[in-house]
Amino acid sequence: MRHFLYAAAAMAALTSPSYAETIAITGGKLVIGDGSAPIDGGTVVIREGTIVAAGAGVAIPADARKIDASGKWVTPGIFAGFTRLGLAEVDAVDGTNDKSGGKSGFSAAIDIAPAIDPFRTPFAVNRSAGVTRAVVAPEPSGSIFAGQGAIADLGADSDSVTKARAFQFAIFGEDGAANAGGSRAGTHLHFRAMLREAQEYATGRDNFDDDLLKAEDAKALLSVLRGETRLLIHVEGANDMLRLIELKREFPAIKMVFVGVTEGWRVARQLVQAGIPVIASALNDLPVTFEMLGATQSNVGRMKDAGVKVAIGMINDRDAHQLRYTTQYAGNLVSLEKVPGATGLTWDEAFSAITSVPAEIMGVGETLGSLKSGKAADVVLWDGDPLELSSAATTVIIDGVEQPSGNRQQRLRDRYARPTEGDLPKAYDR
Amino acid sequence: MMNMNKLALLFLAAAVAGCAAQGDGPATATSKAAEKPAAKVEAPFASTYKAYPGTATAIRNVTIYDGEGGRIDNGVVLMSGGKISGIGGPDMAIPDNMLVVDGRGKFVTPGIIDIHSHLGDYPTPSVEAHDDGNEATSPTTPEVWAEHSVWPQDPGFSRALTNGGITSLQILPGSANLMGGRSVVLKNVYSRTVQGMKFPGAPYGLKMACGENPKRVYGSKGRMPSTRMGNLAVNRQTWIKAQEYKKKRDSGKEFTRDLGMETLAGVLDGDILIQNHCYRADEMAIVLDMAKEFGYKVTAFHHAVESYKIADLLRDNGVCSAVWADWWGFKMEAYDAIPENAAILHNSGACVIIHSDDENQIQRLNQEAAKAQADGRRMGFKISDADVITWLTYNPAKALGIADKTGSLKPGKMADVVLWNGNPLSVYSRPDKVWIDGAMMYDAANPRLRPVSDFELGQPGEGDVK
Repeated sequence: MRHFLYAAAAMAALTSPSYAETIAITGGKLVIGDGSAPIDGGTVVIREGTIVAAGAGVAIPADARKIDASGKWVTPGIFAGFTRLGLAEVDAVDGTNDKSGGKSGFSAAIDIAPAIDPFRTPFAVNRSAGVTRAVVAPEPSGSIFAGQGAIADLGADSDSVTKARAFQFAIFGEDGAANAGGSRAGTHLHFRAMLREAQEYATGRDNFDDDLLKAEDAKALLSVLRGETRLLIHVEGANDMLRLIELKREFPAIKMVFVGVTEGWRVARQLVQAGIPVIASALNDLPVTFEMLGATQSNVGRMKDAGVKVAIGMINDRDAHQLRYTTQYAGNLVSLEKVPGATGLTWDEAFSAITSVPAEIMGVGETLGSLKSGKAADVVLWDGDPLELSSAATTVIIDGVEQPSGNRQQRLRDRYARPTEGDLPKAYDR
Repeated sequence: MMNMNKLALLFLAAAVAGCAAQGDGPATATSKAAEKPAAKVEAPFASTYKAYPGTATAIRNVTIYDGEGGRIDNGVVLMSGGKISGIGGPDMAIPDNMLVVDGRGKFVTPGIIDIHSHLGDYPTPSVEAHDDGNEATSPTTPEVWAEHSVWPQDPGFSRALTNGGITSLQILPGSANLMGGRSVVLKNVYSRTVQGMKFPGAPYGLKMACGENPKRVYGSKGRMPSTRMGNLAVNRQTWIKAQEYKKKRDSGKEFTRDLGMETLAGVLDGDILIQNHCYRADEMAIVLDMAKEFGYKVTAFHHAVESYKIADLLRDNGVCSAVWADWWGFKMEAYDAIPENAAILHNSGACVIIHSDDENQIQRLNQEAAKAQADGRRMGFKISDADVITWLTYNPAKALGIADKTGSLKPGKMADVVLWNGNPLSVYSRPDKVWIDGAMMYDAANPRLRPVSDFELGQPGEGDVK
């Protein structure tokens, strides 16, 4: 609880907009984001950056600026469940790529928050596509612990971090083994040994065996061990998940969230029993590795039906640039409902898997992820069904602030809408 | 920009061409040719693809996009003998002997064609042992042929079929090299051998690459090229050699065969099509001039994220752009990519193809095209649904040199047909049935018509919906 209060305070301090008006959005097809059905002609009222009310028959304050959403959809902003937003401008240009800090010699201690740069173009591009919040994870390198990730907002301001050190990120499976001596046995050993070192650190520096961890790493892992910080674990294969569930029994306070989870459907019952929520790749259906032999697009739907709490994320999937695929992926899960033998999500479930569910899984569901009263006012207006390919966001509001439209891609588009040069070179055309 | 960490190739044990099912499908060009004494000893690794048996079928009450920009509501498509035998409106007569499929609420398109795939030469599982897409040991390797790396058991072929409606695809070497080698066009029908998948009568392509990849791969080895100007110099020197080789070959005098030069001479002859990986507009313009210098034609620029900047030039040169809808920012030469690329090209009258270069997006080229269309419409461009379907069917068929055989629903062409369970430009639609040469190779309602490669047999998820 202490941790949550900290988070709430951090949000208030860092992301409160410098101004926040009272806004009433009326007449649209309203999606709350909690899995409930859309409401035709619903109203959303925003004040001081927060949702006051959303639904049918909501009173409109006299001082509210009215936004007419007739013919449009009104939804919570997209909460991208797993990304590397703001950590790379150009992935292959090293100087702009801050995803991995492993060569620093640190592991769990790495805090990705200061590397998140809201002035990088992926912020504006994905904001234009209706993405308003993102889970931002460091990339692993040289350790099974990659460091501490953050939750970011995509607002056009300099304060992008909603919650720093929101989680620790670890890798199991093939990638974990590669970073722990070449065997999954090494991964489990490293996991136990590192947590033991963290415990020793807690009992006093004199007892600290620093074979695997620096003191800073130990401090970071201690908060994982105590359940104060969530542990997101990238894991794909069924057996790796079962073995991790066993590990969780040894460390019952650890709040595990599985990420990737391509074979989750094979162990859905065990995931439910262990109370482990997942942030899954939506559409993995190929045996990319031998730990993904059971890959199917029905994975998410089957897990959901079994009672697993499932959100969608972009796990190692164009994770710094294409958060805008999130709605398309959710739409694809809906499409499975029409395919004989396949298991998808209903539209309402799919939309909650990219809004309220990831917020809840990340422990910020009380303040983010839906249009319920009291939550941060991340609201998007769309010119059609937000999961449909032909639709686009037309208005994006983050923390109650209507965001500027436009981004670098749109400037290039406008310059070259007619590619032939005119009276002056294109360089003069802006 | 295929992930560099994947790939592979298994040589299948020499499969004896046996009693492959003989259907009522079309005799292939190859099988016809085989009846005559070979005039030229020029078709090694010849296609042994045979169409599987099909049932004469009529799809009616269906919305048809014919692949060439036409749309018919409540239409009828007829297939018999492996060919399209008719296409028309609601009044079209349906022969008595045909199986009738009611397409109410559904849509028909030609089979989807991916002009840029690495299935088979970068298959899944993406293990190092399968890493067979780049012969990255020399900046010019026109002597290698992608078909010799294709593993016909790649599970990716099945996903492309069942989720993407892919009926034909070009497998290209990777882009590490300036001249990466010959491509191969396949029918998306599993076979024990790659020869059994080869599209009968399709011309070869030569994969070329501009820009960052060749100069990075060889520059990092301390070799030429290490710059873009080095890229061009190596290319031009090689074309000079190719011209000399062709001259020698055409002189009628004795000459020593050279595999690489044979391919390049084939390009200069106009028999082998240039499929050129190239991102930046300025580099494409340079490549076009190089092609003029040596007397060859660029058929398509692939990836071509900056084609929108020179849409007029590409239109005037008759070059297609095979593009993604919205890939962007993963490397410097992809920095100026915009989602409106395809739409600006189309609006300028240039040829647009949507390609995948990806084992996932090949499963939803229809969706990628729909996104590109929507971005164009928001600019005020009029792009009809039927036109968008040409980006996935007739245009890639043209750029592969197979448009006389497939790519649209014209009578006499191969009956490569997808019946979609809704508008293929909607995220909510999937293939319902797929026919290749008139044979039903996928039926969503029939688990037995869900191909399972050898690799997946006996594994978790065998035969599952994917």
